[in-house]
Amino acid sequence: MTDATVLSVEELTVRFGAVTAVDGVSLTVAPGERVALLGHNGAGKSTLFKTVLGFLKPAAGRLSIGGVIPGSDAARRAVSYLPEQVAFPKALTGTEILTHFARLKGVAPKAALPLLEVVGIADAAKRAVGTYSKGMRQRLGLAQALIGTPRLLLLDEPTSGLDPVSRREFYDVLEASARAGTAVLLSSHSLSEIENRIDRIAILAKGKLRAEGALSDLSRRAGLPIRIRIEAAEGRVEAVHAHLGGERVNGRSVVVTCRAEDKVGALARLAELGSDIADIDIALPDLDDVYRHYSGLTVEGATQ
Amino acid sequence: MTGFDRMATVAATEFRLAFRNRWVLLATLVFTLFALALAFLGSGPSGALKADALTLTAASLSTLTVYLVPLMALLVSYDSIAGEIERGTLALVLATPLKRGELVLAKFCGHLAVLTLAIAIGYGIAGVMIAGVHGADDAGLLAWGRLVATAVLLGAVFIALGMALSGVPRQTGTAAALAIGAWLILVVLYDLALLGAVIVDQGGMFTKAVFPALVLANPGDAFRLYNLALIESNAPIAGLDGLAHTLPFPVSSALLVLVLWLAASLAVAWALTRRIRP
Repeated sequence: MTDATVLSVEELTVRFGAVTAVDGVSLTVAPGERVALLGHNGAGKSTLFKTVLGFLKPAAGRLSIGGVIPGSDAARRAVSYLPEQVAFPKALTGTEILTHFARLKGVAPKAALPLLEVVGIADAAKRAVGTYSKGMRQRLGLAQALIGTPRLLLLDEPTSGLDPVSRREFYDVLEASARAGTAVLLSSHSLSEIENRIDRIAILAKGKLRAEGALSDLSRRAGLPIRIRIEAAEGRVEAVHAHLGGERVNGRSVVVTCRAEDKVGALARLAELGSDIADIDIALPDLDDVYRHYSGLTVEGATQ
Repeated sequence: MTGFDRMATVAATEFRLAFRNRWVLLATLVFTLFALALAFLGSGPSGALKADALTLTAASLSTLTVYLVPLMALLVSYDSIAGEIERGTLALVLATPLKRGELVLAKFCGHLAVLTLAIAIGYGIAGVMIAGVHGADDAGLLAWGRLVATAVLLGAVFIALGMALSGVPRQTGTAAALAIGAWLILVVLYDLALLGAVIVDQGGMFTKAVFPALVLANPGDAFRLYNLALIESNAPIAGLDGLAHTLPFPVSSALLVLVLWLAASLAVAWALTRRIRP
């Protein structure tokens, strides 16, 4: 572990009785780095977060936050957390909630209140949280997490349920705090939600770390096939299938897959069929296919 | 930022929430109305006993308080832990430097401040009105002051008990059910069971040796016995309360029982909160 690491997780295993929720996971996050933890429900994301917060004790492995153990006073001051589901008391105002958490964290409320401006809810600061929309409540949660410029931000599915504009603004705020040196570890269950606003991705499935790296690397390494769906002309589906191979679907269509570098050749073979073809649809692998590839779910139509 | 500052923040927020939710208003109204109803509508002061009005109402109000104060105390505290788990705020709060023991103690103080305010205002208004209409003597004022002070202590016991029960389940609904169950058992069924046992026993060993100790062990009964035993009057008392003047223990032991209940409940609440994985 170097000094430049805020969060260092080594071979971490967390168990609930007979169930292993996190299984030998290693991960580091450096200051100013944004890392996304991807995985479907039950993959171990929240368990990992709760262990980093010191709520759960690891069965094996090491975990350190800037050199101190999770849950210690120093660790609590260094880490800020935004849970997946949080409902602030409806009767309190945004200002009151932020003041409350600033005091708990030992930060002067005056220094924390400008955060309402940062997350874009300064206009609603004096209103009761019960009147806030889901997006506004999530922004308040983020403001709470940013109090006292933490060294590590832990955000559990922070953008689920947000509209695209709110989501973009959410990532703008994260980018600004990362630039100021905060390490960000957030979880999500969809790669496409991350919108290229993240430096590194770690894919978790059934408690195990399946892949880790920059999105472009992961995407290239996956080498996912291109999927071409050919709708045959009336009564010509047999001929199309005989010529191209692949898989028949729906009685009128044939689906073939090919590697990215074979795309031109495949299209040339298609052209030979001429009027036997009614329509063609080409699907490039998208981010969610990349995610499914690494998380061990089968990619639809992929032949590997 | 010290632990004391953090606790003051939690307690102040609890207090503010109780105000916002109109809980303080509701509780104060309930205490005022029931105290006034007992003083002016019930079988309270009449005829030649007018100077004793405050004392007599204190005696009858102590019986009502046994039902009312525990109920209000459990209502204010039952969701203090389970509610925060359900809303997801416990994880948030425990991620800050706030310790679990600080959280329990601070919430207890916040709830107790709310309940104390409601009791003091409610019984205060009633006391002033009774004194205004019927006059008051020193004994009456003393009985009334004792009633208010011990009602607050009884409230503290049931707030701590509500918090301990709130640390058992993860759902507010279950915590509410536990709180109602605790109220039914400690306040209603316990006395009924003891009376039944005394009737069956017909003045035997149980009635003489075990019964007084069992009555005193219940926080509600301890509160009532303490107040009734110290009221020097010919106020009509019946049932379990007959024990007030024949108790084989010093009166102060009733206070000790309340303090022990309080300490034990707080300890259980703290121990359960330490085990919670938010």
